[in-house]
Amino acid sequence: MTLTSIRVIAFGMIAEKIKTNQLDLEYMPDTEVLLGYLYQQYPDLQHTKFSIALNKKMVIGKTFIPLGAEVALLPPFSGG
Amino acid sequence: MDRFERQYILPGFGKDAQQKLQEAKVLVIGAGGLGSPASLYLAAAGVGTIGIMDGDMVSISNLNRQVLFGEGDLGLNKAETAAHFLKSKYFDIKINCIPEFITTDNIISILSQYDLIIDGSDNFPTRYLVNDACVLLGIPLVFGAVYQNEGQVAILNGTGPNSINYRDIFPDPPTAYEIPNCSETGVLGVLPGIIGTLQAAEAIKYITGYGSTLVDKMLFYNILTHQSYVMELSKNPGSEIGLPLSIEALEATDYAVVCGNGDTVDWEEAFGMLAKSPNGILIDVREPDEFPKLKGYAFQSVPLDLIEENQHHWINSELILLFCQSGIRSLKAVKMLERYFPGKKIHSISGGIEASDSPNNS
Repeated sequence: MTLTSIRVIAFGMIAEKIKTNQLDLEYMPDTEVLLGYLYQQYPDLQHTKFSIALNKKMVIGKTFIPLGAEVALLPPFSGG
Repeated sequence: MDRFERQYILPGFGKDAQQKLQEAKVLVIGAGGLGSPASLYLAAAGVGTIGIMDGDMVSISNLNRQVLFGEGDLGLNKAETAAHFLKSKYFDIKINCIPEFITTDNIISILSQYDLIIDGSDNFPTRYLVNDACVLLGIPLVFGAVYQNEGQVAILNGTGPNSINYRDIFPDPPTAYEIPNCSETGVLGVLPGIIGTLQAAEAIKYITGYGSTLVDKMLFYNILTHQSYVMELSKNPGSEIGLPLSIEALEATDYAVVCGNGDTVDWEEAFGMLAKSPNGILIDVREPDEFPKLKGYAFQSVPLDLIEENQHHWINSELILLFCQSGIRSLKAVKMLERYFPGKKIHSISGGIEASDSPNNS
């Protein structure tokens, strides 16, 4: 990974849908652009709810992504 | 020397912390894969009052992870069996046995007797109900859940009013068929063992103030890689829309509908509907090699993947009832068939063949 890219890490069902638990992508300026890209590449994601963390802090709505950031896609689990 | 010496000699723990545990009242909701290890360690650590709540019965497929139970306990209520076992181990703590499922009718009176709740349930309607009640009652909640090879742990509602709660993280309840549970996807028994033990550890640390906790944080753990990830949680202003404003509003909420499970019926309702509907049909949507088969009733066998291509067979059936192993694939089948037959009565049988009221279990 370089400073001009972003790293996406995925958990649970999201990792299954994007078929990996880590993706390095070209830089994208904010979480909405990133989600648009992910929904286009992996249409199945549109039917799954998940929370987003930027550098390990949960973010809500459109959020600026700093260079070299790590974005995590975190779905809910229900099993017990 | 007493049975707690090894923990109160820990630097920073001490007899004060032990006294806090002795005075604490903790409720474990669900004596399953998470509740088994959690309640074992809470009892061993000397939590003075432990409530164990579960309306389910022990079945053979539980035993790889629900380590409170053994083969001699099959068919027995989980809360009663767990309470009996813990009482036989320790005489200095109080164990309250609540052999019921949590519902909007009983949740307020039960939760209000405790200082801290451990959620060891296995479905979203219960998880949202428990979260909402903890918010309204101001009780901290140690959340834990698993999916395949991963688990989550967090302490929610742990800092008083305006604490972070589950709806801040996941404001829109997912449906059961969106995120399957253990009985659908399988689980190594040791994973809920680890996650339930982490829930007990967080409860003990929260009660005693020992160490730093997962208050307002969520830990993700993967048993295959041992990778862990801790996310710092944030308050989500949009989350309050879904939260009941009062206890009365919570009691009037149908959490099954909130979580998209309004299309389900139980086995008794299903057979009642079939008796009144001469051309109603019952369909097993599992693969042909899945067992046990339903005993004593006529049914068709059409795996989920073939439901859509077979839908034309059921045009004239006024009632379609679907079941599978635990009620998740059959709910997917309901969604598929509803697109072809809007207005037809199509239901998934809740809990599937594994449900305690299924003809195979009763």
